[in-house]
Amino acid sequence: MFENIKSSLPRKVPNMYIPPEPSQRKSSPVMNTPELNGQPVVESVAKISVRNLSFFYGRHQALHDITLDIPEKRVTAFIGPSGCGKSTLLRCYNRVYEMYPGHSATGEILIDGTNILARSMDLNRLRAKVGMVFQKPTPFPMSIYDNIAFGVRMHERLSRVEMNDRVEWALRKAALWDEVKDKLKDSGTALSGGQQQRLCIARGIAVKPEVLLLDEPASALDPISTLKIEELINELKSDYTIVIVTHNMQQAARISDYTAFLYLGKLIEYDDTNVIFTTPRHKETEDYITGRYG
Amino acid sequence: MISLYTRRKVSNHFWLIMSFLATVFGLFWLAWLLWTLLSHGLHAIHWTLFTQATPPPGSNGGLANAIVGSLAMTAVGMLIGTPVGILAGTFLSEFGRRSHLAAVIRFVSDILLSAPSIVIGVFVYTIIVLRTGHFSGWAGAVALALIAIPVVLRTTEDMMRLVPDSTREAAAALGAPQWKVVVLIVYRAARSGILTGILLAVARISGETAPLLFTALNNQFWSSGLDRPMANLPVVIFQFAMSPYDDWQHLAWAGALLITSGILIINIIARVIQGGGKRAHY
Amino acid sequence: MDATPEIAKVSVIPTDWSDRLFRGTTRFFAYLVLAVVSAILVSLIIGAWPALHKFGFGFLKSDAWNPVTEQFGAAVAIFGTLATSAIALFIAVPVSFGIAVFITELAPAWLKRPIGTAIELLAAIPSIIYGMWGLFVFVPVFSETVQPWMTEHLINIPILGPLVDGPPMGIGIFTAGLILAIMILPFITAVMRDVFEVVPLVLKESAYGLGATTWEVVCGVVLPYTKVGVVGGIMLGLGRALGETMAVTFVIGNAHRISSSLFMPGSTIASTLANEFTEAVGEMYTSSLIALGLVLFLITFIVLALAKLLLMRLTAREGART
Repeated sequence: MFENIKSSLPRKVPNMYIPPEPSQRKSSPVMNTPELNGQPVVESVAKISVRNLSFFYGRHQALHDITLDIPEKRVTAFIGPSGCGKSTLLRCYNRVYEMYPGHSATGEILIDGTNILARSMDLNRLRAKVGMVFQKPTPFPMSIYDNIAFGVRMHERLSRVEMNDRVEWALRKAALWDEVKDKLKDSGTALSGGQQQRLCIARGIAVKPEVLLLDEPASALDPISTLKIEELINELKSDYTIVIVTHNMQQAARISDYTAFLYLGKLIEYDDTNVIFTTPRHKETEDYITGRYG
Repeated sequence: MISLYTRRKVSNHFWLIMSFLATVFGLFWLAWLLWTLLSHGLHAIHWTLFTQATPPPGSNGGLANAIVGSLAMTAVGMLIGTPVGILAGTFLSEFGRRSHLAAVIRFVSDILLSAPSIVIGVFVYTIIVLRTGHFSGWAGAVALALIAIPVVLRTTEDMMRLVPDSTREAAAALGAPQWKVVVLIVYRAARSGILTGILLAVARISGETAPLLFTALNNQFWSSGLDRPMANLPVVIFQFAMSPYDDWQHLAWAGALLITSGILIINIIARVIQGGGKRAHY
Repeated sequence: MDATPEIAKVSVIPTDWSDRLFRGTTRFFAYLVLAVVSAILVSLIIGAWPALHKFGFGFLKSDAWNPVTEQFGAAVAIFGTLATSAIALFIAVPVSFGIAVFITELAPAWLKRPIGTAIELLAAIPSIIYGMWGLFVFVPVFSETVQPWMTEHLINIPILGPLVDGPPMGIGIFTAGLILAIMILPFITAVMRDVFEVVPLVLKESAYGLGATTWEVVCGVVLPYTKVGVVGGIMLGLGRALGETMAVTFVIGNAHRISSSLFMPGSTIASTLANEFTEAVGEMYTSSLIALGLVLFLITFIVLALAKLLLMRLTAREGART
């Protein structure tokens, strides 16, 4: 149990990253740190703190007692073989599983100190704060403009001009503006797969979330589109806390700051990405990243 | 002595030819039916069909009151049936899903779909005509609505379930409440399919005769409203075709041609919409 | 442009009650459908009660139908309904099978859709049109050509002989069954075609790879693989045939008797209702007609339930396979 919690946290502050602004440090809870000889090892700001999270699909338990902290404005990757629970864990952060009867989570997930698993949590507000992009592009059957505006209209009342600005801003952020600026009225479903996925990212950004959840965002795309998405993630991490699920280990190594390895619904190891891929502490992790299973 | 191979080859050819003949047999009836309608109906088509009411035997007249009556009852029937079908279908697709309640509703809807339309006529007769004491256009419209509901319900559910759950999740993940996910996203994605279902229901009920026999009955004259017995094409066709008068029979054929071409056109439009819709989305 | 526009997040209306309202509304209409079907059953039972009370189960077995003495029984109409539907299935099943095989296995790609659509259009034509065409076009041709020939050539053959006995009137049980066959053919064909199309290509290819002919593949691979679906489709067609009213009313002759010849007039439940319901006087007469309607409703219900069971087994099996 102790081992589990200890292993679930990054071991040291990665010095190569810019530390968060002091003002933010004050307003956000300090990351719950593991203790080594009574001294905290990690000093970083936790955006999302997962405490003893278990997840059930009906009677089947998909996640077992997960505890981990996700640092703010960093990219955290979840890796593991199919069915290990990495997508399930991601789907807990915005409670999108609530759409299906029988799916339930126990434990706590604190975002900025608020337990979002609480019954009283307003799901629609939670989802304004936590955006999500799915494995397959999910353009809505409407124009590109309306795709972006759809989410914004859920949370804000904007004038025509403000909305135009917002749509352009989101599309620029998602590096799609130049490709679609002349056909904003065209159907979103007419774009290519890679463009559709960037449209979905733009749609998520437009709501101005603080956290972006990416569930294998590039797995259905060709290599060039994948590269664009990865570049985009790199750009976005200065503004957003990004959590990405991927089955592509090179991708995790390329784009993430921290990596968590899950296996059979349990968190096996969570550390600085470099550490995970160079000197993993657990045999399962090593077996997985060296391709012995999965 | 015929070799095994020859025998297999011959048997193969024989059965494939039989299968081809079966197709010819099926198409033969369609062609004969359509030919009959055109040859009997075409020369009876005249503009007075659309301007004059049904005549007494031996004098000139048209089908205008029957056409208007059919359109009115079909329209009212669809106005009742469409929202019921769409909302119940929405429940099955979005909320009921695999629940026992949904399974029961689905089965019950299929019973309604396959229930003989004449039984539905008897039902509406006992609950409306007997209560109000007279036949009426309203009763006819309700009977037609009962036939339309399961058609709309079934296609609505099927078409909404073709919308992938990831699209619903994506909308929910943007903070849309569930009703907005359904109304703004799922309906929109499934709209061509739902529209097809509505058109097919229109086609189905506009040719129905049996449920109108005991509900709307018929009316030789212009109906003053839906609360009176109402002329309608199918029942006029039935009565005129069974009559011994030549001019009534001509009108019956003209009406038959009108109603069949109308229904076939609606069917073809529905197919085009569905085909186009499938290519555009999902 | 790149700067984030600072706009306070405005909370729109609380969404919990609107979600509940929407869900509740759709649930209400789902229950409404359930209520309507229950109401149909209940109102039929109430309406049929006087007749059922008076005649009891004998109602099903009695072939009496006498409005004057108020003696009613359902046997003639039930016999007519079952006989016409049996003839319809006897003709429509092999033909539908042939068409489905033609569309899925033989027709060139460009012909599949037009033929499929044409056959489906048969289903769109209103039943009253079938009735008119049957009475005014088909019956004269049939009574002058096919019927005399059949009677002349088959009359001396045992079993078949009595079936074709009688004057060549054109109308009767056989004609009604034939027209029903044409009407249900598109329904059965559509189901067969759909289930044939789900047979995995690898199965067919491996049979062809062993040197099987097209016909052998159809009989040895496609049909066994889809037999449950095929039977389900036939049941759906049967449900249609049992309840069909107008087409039958035109051509069956509307006689209240059971005769051994298929060329003699008879009546079905639906045709009896169509002909007599508005003219029925007296409680017992109306009640007996409603009782007929109840019997028909229950028969189609049973057929539908069987069809559903079969198709459910099919989907369960498919689910287990994938």
